[in-house]
Amino acid sequence: MADRPVNVVIATDCGSTTTKAILIEKVGDVYRQTFRGEAPTTVEAPFEDVTKGVLNSIQEIEELSGRKILDGEKIITPADGNVGVDIYVSTSSAGGGLQMMVAGAVAAMTGESAQRCALGGGAIVMDVLASNDGRAGHEKIERIRQLRPDMMLLSGGTDGGTISHVVEMAEYISAADPKPRLGIGYKLPIIFAGNKDAAPRVQEILGEKMSLEVTDNIRPTLERENLMPARHRIHDLFLHHVMQQAPGYKKLIAMCGAPIIPTPAAVGDIIERVAKKEQINVLGVDIGGATTDVFSVFQKIFNRTVSANLGMSYSISNVLAEAGLDNIMRWVPFDIDEQDLRNRIKNKMIRPTTIPFTVDELMIEQAIAREALRLALAQHKMLAVGLKGVQQERSISDAFAQTASGQTLINMMDLHLVIGSGGILSHAPRRVQSMVMMTDSYQLEGITRLAVDSIFMMPHLGVLATVNERAATEAFEHDCMVYLGTCISPVGLAKEGEKCVDLKMSGGLNVNESIPFGELKLYKLDVGKTAKLEATPARGFDVGAGKGKPLTTTIHGGVGGILVDTRGRPLQLPTDKKQRVAVLTKWAKALDLYPELKR
Amino acid sequence: MAHAYTPGLRVTESAVIRKRRILPIQGTVMVKVGQKVTANDVVARAEIPGKVHTVNIVNKLSIEARETSRFMKKKASEVVKKDEVIAENNPIIKWFKTQVTSPVDGTIESVSDVTGQVLLREPPKPLNLLAYIEGTVVEVIDREGVVIECPAAFTQGIFGIGGETSGIIEPVAKGPDAELTPADVTPAHAGKILIGGRHASMAVIRRAIEVKASAIVIGGIHDKDLREILGKDLGVAITGTENIGLTLIITEGFGSIPMARKTFDLLVGKKGRKASCSGATQIRAGVIRPEIVIPADHAGGPGGPEGERTGMKPGDPVRIIREPMFGRLGAVKSLPPDLTAIPTESHVRVLVVTFPDGTDAVIPRANVETIEG
Repeated sequence: MADRPVNVVIATDCGSTTTKAILIEKVGDVYRQTFRGEAPTTVEAPFEDVTKGVLNSIQEIEELSGRKILDGEKIITPADGNVGVDIYVSTSSAGGGLQMMVAGAVAAMTGESAQRCALGGGAIVMDVLASNDGRAGHEKIERIRQLRPDMMLLSGGTDGGTISHVVEMAEYISAADPKPRLGIGYKLPIIFAGNKDAAPRVQEILGEKMSLEVTDNIRPTLERENLMPARHRIHDLFLHHVMQQAPGYKKLIAMCGAPIIPTPAAVGDIIERVAKKEQINVLGVDIGGATTDVFSVFQKIFNRTVSANLGMSYSISNVLAEAGLDNIMRWVPFDIDEQDLRNRIKNKMIRPTTIPFTVDELMIEQAIAREALRLALAQHKMLAVGLKGVQQERSISDAFAQTASGQTLINMMDLHLVIGSGGILSHAPRRVQSMVMMTDSYQLEGITRLAVDSIFMMPHLGVLATVNERAATEAFEHDCMVYLGTCISPVGLAKEGEKCVDLKMSGGLNVNESIPFGELKLYKLDVGKTAKLEATPARGFDVGAGKGKPLTTTIHGGVGGILVDTRGRPLQLPTDKKQRVAVLTKWAKALDLYPELKR
Repeated sequence: MAHAYTPGLRVTESAVIRKRRILPIQGTVMVKVGQKVTANDVVARAEIPGKVHTVNIVNKLSIEARETSRFMKKKASEVVKKDEVIAENNPIIKWFKTQVTSPVDGTIESVSDVTGQVLLREPPKPLNLLAYIEGTVVEVIDREGVVIECPAAFTQGIFGIGGETSGIIEPVAKGPDAELTPADVTPAHAGKILIGGRHASMAVIRRAIEVKASAIVIGGIHDKDLREILGKDLGVAITGTENIGLTLIITEGFGSIPMARKTFDLLVGKKGRKASCSGATQIRAGVIRPEIVIPADHAGGPGGPEGERTGMKPGDPVRIIREPMFGRLGAVKSLPPDLTAIPTESHVRVLVVTFPDGTDAVIPRANVETIEG
């Protein structure tokens, strides 16, 4: 689709708590993000009109920029000099975002495809139902009744395949007669994207009770997943059904020059574009207060997962519950009483907007963030997999390799770029803290570039890309991405002090060093600068070319620099408290990670 | 601009409280606009559809799914009794006859010739929606519920567990800084809302459950005790449906923290008064905090309706809500507009707080909350 000509854009993201507006203008021949404003989201009482928060955030931009954008409650279009904008676009995750329940015939096949489809569409998946999910029929019905989703997606069966399993799920849904979360008197939207031969029966069973839409099968054959038609349908229904029930959204839709899309869908879109444009594998993460979204593009396949209860404020206590105290404490370079720590974490949960005031508190939050990031990636790896149930032609060597269908696509050694987003990563007081948090939790392998989203504008740019890709990508490159630098992490294990890797860096910096095992080192290389790297790993270590094989490549600098991590993979931290504190303190001092470490 | 918005907890002697009471599904509203109601009056009623049970006829009779209807003794929408035969086969030798019976009293919901399944539904269960607070019905939302209004004293807690309840206000702690002990709780406290001081241990909570107290309102509890009460670590603060034998409301936070003097004095001043309270807490979008509503016997005062909030300004009482001075109370001295570096090296909006002993401290604005009147 050709870009719509625009020079001035106002974009908002209506989040659960804050509505964030940004202004994008053509400065010379380049699109730049110039001003930003924010205001509390006004979906709930006493305002109950999302547009009030939108107008407030735009008003803040008016005050800062001097541009007149509003005429009362209307956005002035098109732009004329310092008045008006050419287009207004928005994303939304207010009111808890889009919450969906999905169903398939077989959990590991169409159930998983349905889950990937809904997640890619920007939804939180409340549950995945399948004929073989281990629950009895009445338990499934009870579960459907309990949850009040915004929308459902029913898949199941390849075209020409099973009908009975699909009809069985439709019967359960019909018996449960689920009610929508918003709007007490309206019919719940449901998309059927399963075996086309089952569609007439599904229509018979659900057509009267629910607002049924039939679309192409998301799994027409076992070997092929076809998620886009159902994903488009999700967006249509989100816009025309779900959002119509949320306070003020009818007005908001009328104000926008392009369809509103769910926030995570917009973030996914921009990450997918980056991966495609640069021909690289990308991992994106947005760690919020309640949830952590992980996006990946590996082997050109896009995946998104949302860990609904891993976050840094509302869900912080759940990170403790899931990770366990020991896993959090392994990142903390001092000792603390367990009851005190547990009370502190609960107090952050009940007062989610508070911020760490002391360095100790900052270290604790960053330790918890490492675990939230680690757990969210583990969940992502389980869903970002090749299709299961696919017939594979195997040679003798495959049989020996024991490969099976359904393996994760996430290979950390093949990862080129990690983009972090969310307050704890984007606003870490020292940029190197973000680098180390992502390196620790993801256990990066080989050569990986790291970046953070400066002010969380990926949603805005994702929706803008649907009308003007150039404006979105230019603002993304110049103003959204803050490149932190590159991490060099040899994979392998040895004893502390043993030979690990010889590094020669030339060009932007001049290094010729042998780095022993068990170190963290940081070299300055500014944003926009590159250097030639010749890495020669010791026997048993791999930096990307194979065990013991040298690698020559170009590395990119950033506000952090070049981080060399010879702590080994898998990373093993001492279990003894004293040793742990000593080693963490040594690494933190080596990187000048925190302002003070006097104990 | 010496003004900032920091949401706080309301503690007010006089306010007009409005409660939306909405059914989970459409039903019948039982009251009219202008009608006076008490906390336990039913204001709306709905029929919650009965539980659904599945019976796989195909497996039980060893037949093909498409033959299911042919073997049914009962058809869709027919009423059946528990153990009544709903399907049977018809073998030549009667000895091989197999019958399928209904597992419940209910109605045949559907018979499927595709899956061979029969769905049975139990009779609907009535759901009575109570008024929860004593007041006047000011709005009826057709088939959905009502809005009830009452002039009341009103205080919010920071976190709670357990649902809506009502009872008589009964102060048991000697002061806001006092620790409750099991001996403070007696059988005379049955049906009462107990007002404590800084902390209640697990033993105190157990004792209150034992004497059938309606609720405990307390400064703080330890996280380990919460885990013990719930039998699990609470991951996300969405509560209100726990069934632990009472409603527990904490006003300050986790730990042992003196109850704010304003909250304590207000509640103690209402000794012997009837009140409604709820532990329901939701800290994500659509914030719900636990609350105590003490209906007044006179018209509403100047406190204004619930939800009306103003910004923070010099002189306002505030509570510090994060370490290192967690729980301390003071007043806003000034609100410097510029971003200020704090020990973590973050640059944030701050305020200067004056404590009762005359000392000052610079605190991030995010780390205080106003005590709203």
